Amino acid sequence: MTALIAATVVAPLLAAAIGLLLRHRSRVRDGVTLVGLGTAMASSFALLYNVASGQSHAMLVGGWSRELGIVLVADLFAVLVLPVALSIIFIVELFAIGQRRTAWGANPELAGPLLLVLTGGVSLAILTGDLFTLFVAFELILVSSYVLLTHQGQQGQIRAGMTYVVMNLFASALFLLGLAFVYGATGTVNLALLAERIPELSDGARLGIGAWFFVVFGTKAAMFPLFSWLPDSYPTAPTTITAVFAGLLTKIGIYAMIRFHTLTGMDELGPVMLIVAGVTMIVGALGALAQNDVKRILSFHVISQIGYMLMGLGLFSAAGTAGAVLFLIHHMPVKTVLFLVGGLISNHQGTSSLDRSGGLVRSRPVIAVLFAIPALSLAGLPPFSGFVAKLAVISAGIASEEHIIVAVALIAGALTLLSMTKIWTGVFWGEPAEASMSAPARPTSAANRRLMTGATCLAVAGTLTISVFAGELFDLSERAATDLRNPSSYTALTIGTPP
Amino acid sequence: MTVAFLLAVGSLTSVGIYLITARSLSRILLGFSLLGHAAVLAILGSGGPAGEPPLANSAAPLEAANPLPQALALTAIVIGFGLTLFLLALARRQQLFTGDDLVEDDLEDQRIGAREALAKP
Repeated sequence: MTALIAATVVAPLLAAAIGLLLRHRSRVRDGVTLVGLGTAMASSFALLYNVASGQSHAMLVGGWSRELGIVLVADLFAVLVLPVALSIIFIVELFAIGQRRTAWGANPELAGPLLLVLTGGVSLAILTGDLFTLFVAFELILVSSYVLLTHQGQQGQIRAGMTYVVMNLFASALFLLGLAFVYGATGTVNLALLAERIPELSDGARLGIGAWFFVVFGTKAAMFPLFSWLPDSYPTAPTTITAVFAGLLTKIGIYAMIRFHTLTGMDELGPVMLIVAGVTMIVGALGALAQNDVKRILSFHVISQIGYMLMGLGLFSAAGTAGAVLFLIHHMPVKTVLFLVGGLISNHQGTSSLDRSGGLVRSRPVIAVLFAIPALSLAGLPPFSGFVAKLAVISAGIASEEHIIVAVALIAGALTLLSMTKIWTGVFWGEPAEASMSAPARPTSAANRRLMTGATCLAVAGTLTISVFAGELFDLSERAATDLRNPSSYTALTIGTPP
Repeated sequence: MTVAFLLAVGSLTSVGIYLITARSLSRILLGFSLLGHAAVLAILGSGGPAGEPPLANSAAPLEAANPLPQALALTAIVIGFGLTLFLLALARRQQLFTGDDLVEDDLEDQRIGAREALAKP
């Protein structure tokens, strides 16, 4: 078990080092990247199997005592999210190999290792049992994302990258200051000990810490009004990079928020979270409607969907938290697939602008199907995974008698469907536009195109699997939510088990 | 001692935030350095009173300073150093493109600005 926990973090980082050494040999580099990602992914699925059958584990890094050292905790919430996150990265890397000439742009040598470092950061952020390691994991993720976003050095990327870097650096600085407050108030940064000690603080100190970290994680999660960096920077990056960012980065922020705020019992912040959630949903959906480019529409929907997860958390009921967990699991693959399809569209037509494309339903019916399934899922139509996830969140809202936020969530769902229809009519229906007559900017070989379409099919199949096993996943989410809302089980896991 | 600490953290934070609100990336960079220093000082200050260097077998455990915040601060400093270099590289690249290192408006702001300019007679 501890070896499996270690493998999810160490394998990607090790592969990144090897990939950097062998960066001039593209096939070896790709192989190493896939092996590193594959090892981490396989370990995470093994962890899920073990933990779901009742054997949660914690690992002490370096053999320090539990209060001082770094603890990696494989509880149910962590191992539900981890396999989904790692599978997404694996599929995107497959897509990227197919699209190599265009995907990673001017400097593909660095992209594989950077992606691996990001993967290591994601595993660490999900598994970590203390707040400072969470900070380090965030920095690992963010530093590699800064470089992935800007390393091609085009003017638009640098312009958008500056906003992105400044916003996220500011959130990181706030995170550090918050760590000082937490350590000053409680004398520990270990999450399990915090779960015991934070409720003992005075109300002012406790809620101050809760609100502070709400802002910190909220900036990473791109909630209203801290989202301005997202829709500007994501569309400028190459497809594969945007797909990873959209599927993972904001979700890690929400993951940390669910973890921290349920463990430390910040129930009084619930009403604030619900208001922010409602505004985030509506602003994101309206922002998407105003856009005229596939990637920009999808970027605004990243924001809108964050609102639903925030709503599930803000209810602070077992059902609400379970809904948020299920929504998180559903949302990560769906969003990634939509961006991959966006990549297929722009690869086929040389543009992702709605005005300059059209008629794709006849020229590339496969892409149309691949778009339709996740798009309907995103809008929350049955029988797709989005329906189950939205149903869980909304019925939790009704159960808690928060009717206003439920109404807002339903309106935002309708707006989502509207903007998906906008993409559909713009890209897939109508006559082929001028741009699609001409050859794409950089033609890809048939084998590469097959690999790209295959990777997208695999991701769509993944989202369908989630809707098939929705019942089991919902049961697991409920169990995870019960664990989360009951800190004693997490404490027992982190502090109570023998080394 | 504690008051001096608090004053240092407070003034570093305020000057840092003031600099971050600037348009030029080199000022923002300085702002982040100051804010980083403030955070590191705050972490050190949160570790309790000062004491002997917490080296193994050299100081009595009760007289030594709390080593954990020092470890945290050291990690934060290393990360901050790397990020400073990255921001410098970003500023240099922006200077190559536009001749200065100003953070520009995002696309949506530019679009709204263009619309307002059209509406005016």
